Amino acid sequence: MSDAAVIWATIIISGVGTYAIRVGFLPAAHRFSTVPPRVRAALGLIPSAALAALVAPGLLQPTGSIDLWNERLLAGIVAGAVGWWTKNVVATLVAGFAVLILLQQFF
Amino acid sequence: MDDTAERSPFAEGVISVLPILLGVVPFGLVFGATALELDFTALETQGSSLFIFAGASQLAAFDLMADDAPLIVTVLTVWVINLRMLMYSASLAPHLGHLPLRQRLGAAYLLTDQAYAVVIGEYQGGRPARDRLPLYLGAALALWVSWQMSTIVGYLAGSALPADVPLDFAVPLVFLALLMPTLRSRPNIVAAVTAAAVTVAVREIGAGEVAILVGALSGIALGTLSAGTPLKSDS
Repeated sequence: MSDAAVIWATIIISGVGTYAIRVGFLPAAHRFSTVPPRVRAALGLIPSAALAALVAPGLLQPTGSIDLWNERLLAGIVAGAVGWWTKNVVATLVAGFAVLILLQQFF
Repeated sequence: MDDTAERSPFAEGVISVLPILLGVVPFGLVFGATALELDFTALETQGSSLFIFAGASQLAAFDLMADDAPLIVTVLTVWVINLRMLMYSASLAPHLGHLPLRQRLGAAYLLTDQAYAVVIGEYQGGRPARDRLPLYLGAALALWVSWQMSTIVGYLAGSALPADVPLDFAVPLVFLALLMPTLRSRPNIVAAVTAAAVTVAVREIGAGEVAILVGALSGIALGTLSAGTPLKSDS
């Protein structure tokens, strides 16, 4: 476990950098049209990559190592399909939890 | 649509984000409870929710710190996880450019996936400029308050949270829900699949500390390549 000084340094440095990212292009709002299209294209991929990197371990490695066809993956596949078709966050959450709880109850 | 004409844009923002909070509250509870379990202090836990205010990166950071990861790895992981906010900021910039800089800087602190998701549709649908900041603030502040409160409650409730309800599943689910709408084009799908595969692989071989970092960056790189975009500038 890191000591308190490292923890606070981490929190503050992470926080400052995260705030800088959030500020991002907001100050240069009127100049945004001058961002080169390639950079804009790369920017557009960040949410897909980051979100996928966050989701994958939770579905494929819920206990730490790869566990194909575990209940969370199945629940995640259903939730993903629901999310894809309905584009609705609540529907996705409900579907995912419902399937997981059902699988845990009956298997 | 007309029965909302009486409502202030601020109230509208709050109401629009409420359903999404359904996923955020369990997330906050899980974070608070996890922090307690990993032996962090209440101050450190709430401090991260105030200073970083980004759930996925907070969870990752606390896991890494509990493992005694080097500070640089933890900080970089947080930044990479949160890098997607750069795109949100770029996307919102044209719609908020009319505001004084100070207000934009304040609004920036509150930027989250959820606030972005709520307002971008409205902005692109053509809201008058005077509505945009209040709409954003309604959604963003409601989310901020929920996050702070669920962090505290999660920490204090800790082990009292029901163990048979898999609350922590809310975490991947919320991000899955936000991921789906982004998969509109082949480069996005390539980026997502690559990021997922690399993250899982890196974690599998035991380098879990850098998994998200390496995975997300790989996804961005391969996605950019697959769009036929050279990585180096020609000019």
